[in-house]
Amino acid sequence: MHDKTIAELVANLRRGDLTSSDLTRHYLERIERLDPRLNSFISVDMAGAMAAARRADERLRQGEGGPLTGIPIAHKDIFCTMGMRTSCGSRMLDEFIAPYSAAVVERLEQAGVVVLGKTNMDEFAMGSSNETSFYGPVKSPWDARCVPGGSSGGSAAAVAAGLCAAATGTDTGGSIRQPAALCAITGLKPTYGRVSRWGMVAFASSLDQAGPMTRNARDAAILLQVMAGFDARDSTSAHEPVPDYVAGLEADLKGLRIGLPKEYFGEGLDPRIATAVETAVKEYERLGATVVEISLPNSPLSVPTYYVVAPAECSSNLARFDGVRYGHRCEDPRDLEDMYKRSRAEGFGAEVKRRIMIGTYVLSAGYYDAYYLKAQKIRRLISDDFRRAFEQVDLVMGPTSPTTAFPLGDKRDDPVAMYLNDIYTIAANLAGLPAISIPIGTVSGMPVGLQIIGNYFEEGRLLNAAHKLQQLTDWHLAQPPGFE
Amino acid sequence: MSLDRTDVEKIAHLARLAISDDEKDRYAADLSNILNLVEQMNAVDTSTVVPMAHPLHMVQRMRADEPSEQDQRDLFQSIAPATEDGLYLVPKVIE
Repeated sequence: MHDKTIAELVANLRRGDLTSSDLTRHYLERIERLDPRLNSFISVDMAGAMAAARRADERLRQGEGGPLTGIPIAHKDIFCTMGMRTSCGSRMLDEFIAPYSAAVVERLEQAGVVVLGKTNMDEFAMGSSNETSFYGPVKSPWDARCVPGGSSGGSAAAVAAGLCAAATGTDTGGSIRQPAALCAITGLKPTYGRVSRWGMVAFASSLDQAGPMTRNARDAAILLQVMAGFDARDSTSAHEPVPDYVAGLEADLKGLRIGLPKEYFGEGLDPRIATAVETAVKEYERLGATVVEISLPNSPLSVPTYYVVAPAECSSNLARFDGVRYGHRCEDPRDLEDMYKRSRAEGFGAEVKRRIMIGTYVLSAGYYDAYYLKAQKIRRLISDDFRRAFEQVDLVMGPTSPTTAFPLGDKRDDPVAMYLNDIYTIAANLAGLPAISIPIGTVSGMPVGLQIIGNYFEEGRLLNAAHKLQQLTDWHLAQPPGFE
Repeated sequence: MSLDRTDVEKIAHLARLAISDDEKDRYAADLSNILNLVEQMNAVDTSTVVPMAHPLHMVQRMRADEPSEQDQRDLFQSIAPATEDGLYLVPKVIE
């Protein structure tokens, strides 16, 4: 059952070949049996999931229900889920029971999903390996000695291992796409503003975006259809119509113009990944696409720029954790300042503290222009590179990550080495563009992802291109050994 | 840019983070490394570039100044570390 796509499961449930109760029990049993090897879940809601499944079955029996009625999914633990712990991978929120649900959670609930639980993640979504979680690292289902990627590593590992039909993720600098690539699943970061951020714990508000993590592009289209759309409660929610993503999947790719940025194939890229990307691009040529080399000259500056913008916004967003209204409070504070300082020191882990301090420094008097304003200007240059590229091509393609999954502990003590993992993913966040990662085979048994970046609000074109490749190839059907 | 222990103390105070003496050297080294990465930005002349604060060229929406939320004080205070009579408790601020 767990190797089926959402599209197949929805059909099975509607026909009555399968009940949501059986399906939900199957996933819960797999989580109990297999997740000790992965640590991909922080919280599992057995009773809540079974109750939701019974309600779904009742609706299905009556011929009612939404597009996802009875489908068991998991939420990244960054989305507020009313009545359920929402930890964000942090000791700070270890005991935080969300008093309301995020817009993404509400929308999926209205569409009928069953929530199995909350997935592990880097603390406050800050990391590329899932090793900064207060709840311990997630291990790759492809090799337990390796990382699953991050920050949505729990969601990626859980989908790849067949512990849920799909999962939600968030992406501030690559946190959906990089773990999707490393775990061989499909992960989509929509255009900034496409999906409501309301109820999603904020990291860097001008970059954060939620998206689906699924077994294939069709499932991503089905989920995005539900997740996308205007929400008045998110001040930067986009007022753009939501097209029919599923209907657009089959469009012909003849004449599609693909650009390969030369900067994405230079030093630092594993040559075997470059070969895998070239092989995938050849498939697009067979489908009638034309391929040209393009240049995104400022892309080498995306990592430095991001490590000013994101920490600056994080230092401001995380100032709310003061030990007063919710979250961790230290024992026996001497005075208010002692309470702030020790509550935050105890509640946050090392990587979060590093980023808060970098952000505080670049925003402080005397340094603002040299760092923060400079970064905002380069952000414009990076964005302009894409604007020029999309005058010439429809889609930009390249590797999602410069390497396959690396061993646990390898980069944990070297923040800068860790940051360079996101060298190909960060630019789409800085520019606000939609981007998807899809599996394109393995190198020494470890998955490789193809990243496709599109123009603003062209998620449909990304999903179409991803789907057509998945019709022609079977890379997305690979399952990690031991989790079949 | 290279930061020392004194810089780290100052930044940690601004960020309201308690740090122990034995952490300071490590933070000074880590933060300096990150700033060295960040300073690659200086290779580009940006004197004529307009800063970009936000990916979409949108203006903030306005709404009427009317209450749109119900009072949920009890629910929200149920997750607070310390409350009394509907108020949040903090250490004494004024002697």
